[in-house]
Amino acid sequence: MNPSITRLGCVVLGAVLLSACSVEPWVKPYERANLADPIMSFSRDPVSSAYMNHVREVREGARGAGSAQGGGCGCN
Amino acid sequence: MVLLAVGCGAQAAVLPEERADLLYHSYDGGGVEVTGPSFLVRKNVGQSWSVFGNHYVDSVSSASIDVITTASPYQDDRTETSFGVDYLRGRTILSLATTTSDESDYSAKSLSFGISQDMFGDLTTVTMGYTAGDDVVGNVTDSSFSANIDRQQYRLSVTQVLSKSLIVSAALETITDEGYLNNPYRSVRYVDGGSATGYSYEAEVYPRTRTSDALALRARYFLPYRAALFGEYRQYRDTWGIDADTYEIGYVHPLGERWIIEARLRHYNQNAADFYSDLYPFQGAQNFLARDKELSTFSSRTFGLTIGYEFAKSGWGFIDRASLNLSFDRIQFSYDDFRDLTQTGYAVGNEPLYEFDADVLQIFISIWY
Repeated sequence: MNPSITRLGCVVLGAVLLSACSVEPWVKPYERANLADPIMSFSRDPVSSAYMNHVREVREGARGAGSAQGGGCGCN
Repeated sequence: MVLLAVGCGAQAAVLPEERADLLYHSYDGGGVEVTGPSFLVRKNVGQSWSVFGNHYVDSVSSASIDVITTASPYQDDRTETSFGVDYLRGRTILSLATTTSDESDYSAKSLSFGISQDMFGDLTTVTMGYTAGDDVVGNVTDSSFSANIDRQQYRLSVTQVLSKSLIVSAALETITDEGYLNNPYRSVRYVDGGSATGYSYEAEVYPRTRTSDALALRARYFLPYRAALFGEYRQYRDTWGIDADTYEIGYVHPLGERWIIEARLRHYNQNAADFYSDLYPFQGAQNFLARDKELSTFSSRTFGLTIGYEFAKSGWGFIDRASLNLSFDRIQFSYDDFRDLTQTGYAVGNEPLYEFDADVLQIFISIWY
């Protein structure tokens, strides 16, 4: 794996895990109305997201880390 | 990480929504037209299981610049079918999915496994995934030709709630390919003084392995008047020397109780693969040869708009709610070292650089039940 990407990924993941373990949940379940709104979903329409991912992977050299991931969302 | 996940946490994960989507898609650009349907159904079985099926078709009519300069226009259909199951247990979702894809000269099979864990009071979701794929490459002009590709994909993503209005996500994916990775029909060109055009063609030759890494960072922010801003940055590197960056921003704005409008802008740029060239100095100039414009240096800009209309909001028979959506994206491609060989009257290697626009249309209906 590319070292710079690996390092950045580990830093992000480590920061998330460390901060989350050391702090009480700061957004309570009853405070999540905004986050539960469908307009806040990373993939509101999975069939459409999967299609656009397919179009881009055909037309671009880059691939991977798309918002419509396989293995559960029906977006392989 | 999994042990850490089991040690913390407070709230159960949930299965995906039960829904069905029927989509018609159309891509038109650069001499290529691709249309077809996609149908996705997801249904819960009891409290712990969710199953889905997806049927997707590409009907391709291609007279792309590659085709008209070195081959003949063609038509082909690609059919892709996926099935999967998700199992919910406490804060964990286990996923298994299989996909098969078939066209006249290419078939692909893949099996995916995923595990997703909610933790830290449901503020964090960690997802890991693995996919194994097996492709078989054929050639319509040579029925004896058959070659394989083994593909493996490793995914890791973390989604984090940062505030009552902000959620972010980081996703890493490594993909390794081994096998016949080029296109049996595509050619590269080289300088040939004995040819009337000043150049000739020979078959492309790619390495038999490729490994790529992609890291994507995403964020969505809820605005006080019920709208959302979203953004994404993706960095990409691979062992063929391609570096790419993707930037996207967008805005979602509901209008009243029924309408949702989304506008988005996306920029993509990449540099060429190490072994790519628009024009080689002589035949067999390198071990590896490529003149595929997807491996060249280029950039693209996309403007997209989606309009959605929700109906049956109070339920209708077995349907809880439904929506009808129209989505349009215009993509402008500009190539920096891939030349337009349909333009004549230029010295070899000085033809105008290629560019084209593509229109992508989606019409889809979604029902929740």
